[in-house]
Amino acid sequence: MKRKFLWPALLLSGAFLTLYAFKSISVLPTPDPDNAGLVLPQGFGALKVAETGAKPRHIVVTPQGTIYVKLARVKDNKGIMVLQENKDGKAQVTGGFGDYPGTGIYRKDGYLYTSSNTEVFRYKLNDKNEVIDPTKPEKIVTGLKMGRQHETKSLVLDNDGNVYVNIGVNSNSCQEQDRGLRSAGIPGCPLLDSMAGIWQFKKDKLNQSYGQGIRYASGLRNVVGLDWNQQNNQLFVMQHGRDNLNSSWPELYNEKESAELPAECLYALKKGDNAGWPFMYYDGVQNKKIVAPEYGGDKKKEADAKYLDPAVAFPAHTAPNGLLFYTGNMFPEKYKNGAFIAFHGSWNRAPEPQKGFFVVFQPFKDGKPVGKWEIFADNFAGSPEKAASGRVDHRPCGLAQGPDGSLYVTDDSKGTIYRIVYNKK
Amino acid sequence: MVLLTIMVGGSTQLSAQTKSKQAPVAKTKAVSAAVLANGKKVYTKYCLACHMADGGGVQNMNPPLIKTSYVLGNATKLIKVILNGMSEGVEIDGETYTNIMPPHGFLTDQEVADVLTYVRSSFGNKAPAIKVAEVKAARTAKK
Repeated sequence: MKRKFLWPALLLSGAFLTLYAFKSISVLPTPDPDNAGLVLPQGFGALKVAETGAKPRHIVVTPQGTIYVKLARVKDNKGIMVLQENKDGKAQVTGGFGDYPGTGIYRKDGYLYTSSNTEVFRYKLNDKNEVIDPTKPEKIVTGLKMGRQHETKSLVLDNDGNVYVNIGVNSNSCQEQDRGLRSAGIPGCPLLDSMAGIWQFKKDKLNQSYGQGIRYASGLRNVVGLDWNQQNNQLFVMQHGRDNLNSSWPELYNEKESAELPAECLYALKKGDNAGWPFMYYDGVQNKKIVAPEYGGDKKKEADAKYLDPAVAFPAHTAPNGLLFYTGNMFPEKYKNGAFIAFHGSWNRAPEPQKGFFVVFQPFKDGKPVGKWEIFADNFAGSPEKAASGRVDHRPCGLAQGPDGSLYVTDDSKGTIYRIVYNKK
Repeated sequence: MVLLTIMVGGSTQLSAQTKSKQAPVAKTKAVSAAVLANGKKVYTKYCLACHMADGGGVQNMNPPLIKTSYVLGNATKLIKVILNGMSEGVEIDGETYTNIMPPHGFLTDQEVADVLTYVRSSFGNKAPAIKVAEVKAARTAKK
C-alpha cells in the first residue's frame, strides 16, 4: 500500500524536475552537433539560425527576438528580410519590405535605420519593435555618391541624435587609371570632397544630403564594419585597406609584400580626423604610416604624422565587414565591452594563400583596445584548403547581439545566419 | 579574314549557351607549348592577382574566366577588353562584378595573343587560339 502510494508521487516530482530543467535549458538553444561547422573557443557552441537563400549583410536582433537583415540584393522585391525564431533557435522568414539593395541596418530609440547604396531611411517601430508601416519610411538622407566599387553605405547612431554613414570611394588609390600599372595619383585627390569618409547627419531631418551633413572623418577608403562604443561614447570603424601594391608597382613590391600590406585598420574617430587615404597606407609589419607609391612613396618613406594612427592593425586584405562591441552578459567576463570583427576574407593576396573568413575578438578596457586580438570563430571557409584558395563555403559579414547575449553572424555568400552561444556552466 | 569570320561565327554559337557541353564546332587546333608557356607567364604577372590562379575570379568583384560568354565569344571584343580595360558595369552570365579592369595596352600583340590563347585553352575552356594578326587588327581599329 505504501509503495503504491509513493510511485505516482515520485513520477510526478520527476516529471516536474524534468520540465523545470527543460524550461531553463530552452532559453538557450541547443547548438548544432557540429557547431554549424565553426571552430570556437571551449564552452561556446553555434547553430545555423536560418538559410536565407539571399545575401544578408548587416543584421539587427530586437529584444523580442525579431531578426531584421539587410540584403545586398533584393529577393522577391524585398531588400530587408524579417525572421522569427522558434524555441529551438531556428528561424523562419515571416516577412520583408523595402525594395532596395544595401548593407546598413541599425536599431535605435524606437526606429529602424536602413540604407540603400545612395540613401538612408528610417522606419518607426512599435513597442514590440515591429515596423509600423513598412511602405512609408522617412527618407532622412538622399543623393549620396555611389560608384561601382565600395558602394555600400554602412551606418550607426550615437546617443546625441546623429547618424554616421560611410561613403566609400569608387577607386583603389586615386590613380589616374584606377588599378593601372604605374599610374600616378591624381594630385590632391578631388574624390575626397564627397567620398572616402564618414558623414554625419541628423537622425530626424528629412532629405539631407552633402549640404546638410558634416564630413566627420576623411581619408577612409571604404568602411563596412562600424559601431558606436558606449563606454567612451566614440565611433570606431574598420577600414578596407588598398589593393594592388604589386600589380600596380611591381618594381617596389613583390607578391609577398603585396599580400601582407597594408594592414586592415581599426580607427577610433573624432570629428575632423583624417586617416590618410590615398596619400598613405598603414604598414602593419613596420608599424608605420607609409607614403603611397602613387604619391611618391618608395615603401619606406614615412607619411605626415598628422594622419590618424590606427587603434589596432589586422592582417592585410582580410576585408572587415562587421564590427560589434559586446555588451551582453552571456559570454565570459573577458568579452564584455570588447570588439568582435567579422572578416569577409581576402582576394588580393593571390598568388599567396588567401586569409580571413573568420570572426576576431579584440579585448577592450574603458573604451580602448588592450592586448592582442584572437580568432574567435573560424572555419566559415569550410576547411583550411578552401580558405587558402579563396573558394570558400561561407563569408562572415554582419554581426548582432541577441537579447540573451548570443552573437549573430551573417554570411552573404551562401546566405546562412549563425548564432554563437556560451553554454559552459 | 575568312578564317576570322568562321571563328567568330563558331564562337558566337558557343557563347549562346556557355553552361552547355562543348559545342562540336570547337575543334581547336593544338596550340604550341611555347605559346601556352608564354601565355601563362603573362597571365601570372598581369591577370592572376584579380582573376586568380584557377581563373575563377572573385565573387561580386572580378569576373571568372571559366566558360563565360566573354572568354569563349567574339575574339575582337575579348582582345579589346585586354587593350582598353573595362570600366562600365558588367553583367556576365547573370552575375555582376564591380572592380575596374585597367587597360593592358602596354602588352605586345604577341603577349595579348598568347595570354588569351592560354586563357581560352585553360580552366576548362576550349576555344580557338587568338592570332597576333587579330590583336594587331583590333588595336588599330577604332576603339
